[in-house]
Amino acid sequence: MAKIVEPTLFELSSPGRTGVTFPAADVPVSALPQELLRSDLPLPELAEVDVVRHYMRLSTFNYSVDGGFYPLGSCTMKYNPKINEDTARLPGFACTHPLQPIETVQGNLLLMYTLQEWLKEISGFAAVTLQPAAGAHGELTGVLIMSAYHKQRGDSKRVKMLIPDSAHGTNPASSGVVGLEIVQIPSDAHGNIDLAALRSACDDRVAGLMLTNPNTLGLFDENVEEVIRIVHACGGLVYGDGANLNALLGIVRPGDLGIDVMHFNLHKTFSTPHGGGGPGSGPVGVTEELADLLPTPLVTILEEGDENQPPLFGYYEPPHSIGRVKAFHGHFGMLVRTFTYIAMHGPQGLREIAEYAVLNANYLLARLRNTYHVPYDRICMHEFVAEGKVAGSDVRALDIAKRLMDYKYHPPTNYFPLIVHEALMIEPTETENKGTLDAFAEALIQIAEEARTNPALLHEAPHNTPFGRMDEVKAARELVLCCWLPEEAE
Amino acid sequence: MNIPATLKYTKSDEWFDPVSGKMGLTDYAQSQLSDIVFVEIVAAVGDTLTPGKTIASVESVKAAAESYAPVSGKVVAVNEALSGNPEVLNSDPFGAAWMVQVEGADSSGLLDAAAYATYCEERAH
Amino acid sequence: MTYIPTSPAEREAMLEVIGVKTIEDLFKDVPARHRFPDLTLPPAVTEMEAAVDLGELASGNETTRDLVCFLGAGAYNHYIPSVVDHILRRGEFYTAYTPYQPEVSQGTLQSIFEYQSLITALTGMEVSNASHYDGATAVAEAANLAYAQFRGKRTKVLLSPAVNPQYRQVLRTYTQGMGLELAGDDPQADLQSGAEMLRTQIDANTALVVVQYPDFFGRIYDYSELITEAHAQGALVCVAANPTALALLKTPGEMGADIVVGEGQPLGIPLSFGGPYLGFFTTRRQYVHKMAGRLVGETEDNRGQRAYVLTLTAREQHIKRERATSNICSNQGLMALASAVYLAALGKSGLRQVAELCYHKAHYAADQLSRLPGYGLCFASPYFHEFSLCCPRPVAELNQHLLDHGILGGYDLGQDYPALKDHMLIAVTEMNTREEIDALVEILGEASHG
Repeated sequence: MAKIVEPTLFELSSPGRTGVTFPAADVPVSALPQELLRSDLPLPELAEVDVVRHYMRLSTFNYSVDGGFYPLGSCTMKYNPKINEDTARLPGFACTHPLQPIETVQGNLLLMYTLQEWLKEISGFAAVTLQPAAGAHGELTGVLIMSAYHKQRGDSKRVKMLIPDSAHGTNPASSGVVGLEIVQIPSDAHGNIDLAALRSACDDRVAGLMLTNPNTLGLFDENVEEVIRIVHACGGLVYGDGANLNALLGIVRPGDLGIDVMHFNLHKTFSTPHGGGGPGSGPVGVTEELADLLPTPLVTILEEGDENQPPLFGYYEPPHSIGRVKAFHGHFGMLVRTFTYIAMHGPQGLREIAEYAVLNANYLLARLRNTYHVPYDRICMHEFVAEGKVAGSDVRALDIAKRLMDYKYHPPTNYFPLIVHEALMIEPTETENKGTLDAFAEALIQIAEEARTNPALLHEAPHNTPFGRMDEVKAARELVLCCWLPEEAE
Repeated sequence: MNIPATLKYTKSDEWFDPVSGKMGLTDYAQSQLSDIVFVEIVAAVGDTLTPGKTIASVESVKAAAESYAPVSGKVVAVNEALSGNPEVLNSDPFGAAWMVQVEGADSSGLLDAAAYATYCEERAH
Repeated sequence: MTYIPTSPAEREAMLEVIGVKTIEDLFKDVPARHRFPDLTLPPAVTEMEAAVDLGELASGNETTRDLVCFLGAGAYNHYIPSVVDHILRRGEFYTAYTPYQPEVSQGTLQSIFEYQSLITALTGMEVSNASHYDGATAVAEAANLAYAQFRGKRTKVLLSPAVNPQYRQVLRTYTQGMGLELAGDDPQADLQSGAEMLRTQIDANTALVVVQYPDFFGRIYDYSELITEAHAQGALVCVAANPTALALLKTPGEMGADIVVGEGQPLGIPLSFGGPYLGFFTTRRQYVHKMAGRLVGETEDNRGQRAYVLTLTAREQHIKRERATSNICSNQGLMALASAVYLAALGKSGLRQVAELCYHKAHYAADQLSRLPGYGLCFASPYFHEFSLCCPRPVAELNQHLLDHGILGGYDLGQDYPALKDHMLIAVTEMNTREEIDALVEILGEASHG
């Protein structure tokens, strides 16, 4: 039997224990519909103190941004300001029902309207929806908009989506679920999109290109305007994957470059917390030409205000909307956090975010390029990709990643992008100081030395974490997905 | 690397037995995928296969792959037992892990064992 | 420099190591004519000012603390025990990423594993994933599962008109490129007969039947026969369920459902103007490979300790790319944690008590309201904590009158169902006292004549 480090809620349960109780009914009791009742409710029985201590113990097993440096490439694990958590929980926001009459939620609607305007200004788009729940959800929304744009023009043969080989897996998945064919476009020796390959793929069957810029190598495509021109010339639209927007705040507006539609990741660029895997928030910006296709509803001014009367905010249904992508109005709590963050930064502060994110990445790159090979080595943006290999050692990127945990760092993203062997993708973000970056670089240099002198140390890492390497085959073959075995449930 | 001489092969790593009409995934393919945890045979008895048509989906702990028909032909049997024991694809790829059996297939365009062995070696570098 | 810890001296030292003179030199790949735009945004404010500004915005709303709330229709005003937010506020949970590195993520992984267990217990199902965005998108993912299960060979999704209108809209949006036909939810459909009307429409081309439990009008039906009939035609059945109701009612799992999804917001998640909420998603083991979303499984580490990992990840978009069932790549991690803490803290007796209080209070309200001249219950079926009230005047007028008396009235069903003009959907929870219900009755009684 495996050793149990922390029992589950069900193992901690003791019959008859209670946590929270409620006032007795103050109305007459009605007969329950006997034939529709369940016989048993197999939930755990715990006191509040049991619950608190259980989760406190679990929390100590987690690595977090509050706990340390988290250079996870492509994820923008920046510091999450504490004030955001307070503003999102203000009862004036948190205790509003999404279906309240608009007259009773003018504060919420003003906030959403203003945030739509701010995101438009930051990105250079003509219209923004706040509804999508996450980056991938924004992508789905964007691809549906692109597809609908062509269909509404009667251009039904546009079924190809061009996707660079360095793209996030969500790009082909989002296109796939919308029913588009994927055509992969290679990268050239500089890490840019291969223009010749792009030209030959562009024809009258192209719905569009999904462009991540800076790309997943952390490089700003040197030919970005030419790339967009080529796609537009064949009648296609250009989707911008906003995952890497942190490098562009106040530096360049994707809309100005000619991108037609883009999602924002509020949980990356605008500091809303990652929450152990969500909730995210993925607003989408589009050009004037696509604005009527946005998901419904948007927030708008229904009646202009004057000196005596503030404007009346309400909902607006775009005339050719692709429909609703989610119930209600999006992840409103995340919008409050984002609003707070942008308000506290202003135009200059936003630009500094990108500047220092890029400064930190280039500094780490400079400190590490003599130890780890960087295949596309030029000035990077907010992140860079090194090879997790050490000459004269059989260690792999995975071993280096696991060994970093022993030095109290979260590992970089590894084995992505797929076009770099043994990739280690490092994104420091702007919220780390030089001392942290120096210590991290020293750790990686030390690990390279260990790889040569004591590779077993890396193969078996981590050693100093509460848990060691996992048996993933056992998990997938036995498939125990809840606290009891399937046969016990019957 | 096991590459039985009596079988024929594709560049997408399927094998075909011209004698029995059975087909499956090669030893090379299973070793690249590592621990296989799921297989779903999508071809059904009575289907007419054409080369390149998907016959099965395979997932391992870290990768996913499709398996394609190496030949055309009419499906006369599928290995129903395989989905309950996907690990057989790792342990016995040319035997118990056959996927689909067809009749009336023409295997003339496929690689022989020597050519497939060369092809696998090329990819190892 | 709000959250940037780098001093000017450090910046200069770093630029020197990089080998450039200024930060601007790092952006030479950006086309010069678009570089460094002037953004027209308000100047930065300090935290102290932001706290005031946001407080003012928040005070521009009337809330369920100021008003007595009888509004539901997919989002419900429940009591959230203090302990829930105390756990959520642990930085170890909310500032962590997706648990891709299990050695340093066991807190998140075990809590998701327990969430999966709690949700399967509640729904009576075999497998739960780590959650979807919300109830509406969970329904859409059920259609994705069914589409993948039949490999596109069955193309009809049969949708009860008594499924939340927003869920049906989202399903339409999701399926527009998939070649799936949605049927059954004709706005003129007969709403009295519940799900019975769907039975005749199930055929050999039906991939999925979607019903809601309790349905959008609050009614509860035993769907066992409908499910048996669907299975006889080879179709799958998805039940979108309210989790509070499941503390009391026969589970969809027991009825034979293949997929049970729902909106998890009632389980300890604030109304927060509609999000973030929690889409729970459960199914049978046989469909687990076709289910979208993250999944946590039990295993052991190399020290012999029980531990948890993300498993069957080859199903997901980052590996399967365009062949994945869904493009989803997050879950509602922190919201799933909130619901798990809520369920753990309330436990078996607490959740049952909440469900019973909702039931009794809703029935008391319905009983009182239906005695008012001009008002009546429009459906005779059993219901849980929400019911449809037929009114003598337009709902918007009545709601304005209620609002003048500090009451947030029910949902105007006429917006979505022409046949239900002047019908108000009223939700009652444990938060509503008898005095509040009596006030609702009194004011609606006064308002009946306009």
